[in-house]
Amino acid sequence: MDFGPHAGFIFTSYGLCLFTILALIAWVRIDKAYQERALRELAEQGFSRTRPDDRNR
Amino acid sequence: MAFWDYANPTRFLRLVQVVLPWLIGLCIVAFAAGLYMAFFTAPQDYQQGNTVRIMYIHVPAAWLCMMCYTVMSISSIGTLVWKHPLADVSAKAAAPIGAAFTFMALVTGSLWGKPMWGTYWVWDARLTSVLVLLIMYLGLMTLWRTMDDPIKAGKAAAVLTLVGALNLPVIKFSVDWWNTLHQPASVVRMDGPTIHPDILWPLLVMALAFTLLFFVLHLMAMRNEILRRRVRALRMRAASVAQPGTAAATAQPAE
Repeated sequence: MDFGPHAGFIFTSYGLCLFTILALIAWVRIDKAYQERALRELAEQGFSRTRPDDRNR
Repeated sequence: MAFWDYANPTRFLRLVQVVLPWLIGLCIVAFAAGLYMAFFTAPQDYQQGNTVRIMYIHVPAAWLCMMCYTVMSISSIGTLVWKHPLADVSAKAAAPIGAAFTFMALVTGSLWGKPMWGTYWVWDARLTSVLVLLIMYLGLMTLWRTMDDPIKAGKAAAVLTLVGALNLPVIKFSVDWWNTLHQPASVVRMDGPTIHPDILWPLLVMALAFTLLFFVLHLMAMRNEILRRRVRALRMRAASVAQPGTAAATAQPAE
């Protein structure tokens, strides 16, 4: 398929959009993994939302 | 179930878990259909040639960067007026997504402008007001990071967001109010779209795909923000156990 003399502008536009969208997806997934790991580590220390009275441990 | 029932973050997270897979599926289907139409069924424009294909990502990105700020403005009202627990979570989660869509709109517009206008950038009202929108997003993201307390940061950001909302009608009507190089609206018009259906349909399908992408990312980012606040609350509780009487006094509930 021939996109003519401006193919470079077209593919650069789509490439940059793809990169930005992939960066957004990576951001939310990495952030989720980080928060879940932090919650897991806190739970291992005995601090979790299911055990409200950690002071009495 | 009433809208207010989703003020409970735990209930909201359960809803996200159910809705997200469906939204992701719909988003992938919409992108597949939109890209197929954009590259294989849509004809060249009689003036723009193949560069019209840039419009299938530029226009949806531009719509979404404004819609995202509208969502943030409504959320800010929710924060300031109703103190809805998820309102500032929604606003904070939307800001980076809005900034990304604004960046996409500016860059793709610039890459379309070079072959069509002969320049990557002009300081006309539409382009400048969208650049201001990008700066607003970046400023709000910075504001949220400068305050430790998410409740206080949320209120300050809500005020700034609502001030920045004045820019939305300026962006929309800039092409009517001033003599700009940017063309006037050709889809959302009182007298209907002026675009041929062969080009309009791929544009609308891509707009649907971008909208679904926004909701997918927004829900995921909101979920992360709720988890972040839980982590913060638990760390403060841990600190108060380690040093009784210090952190407990400043702790804010996660929900």
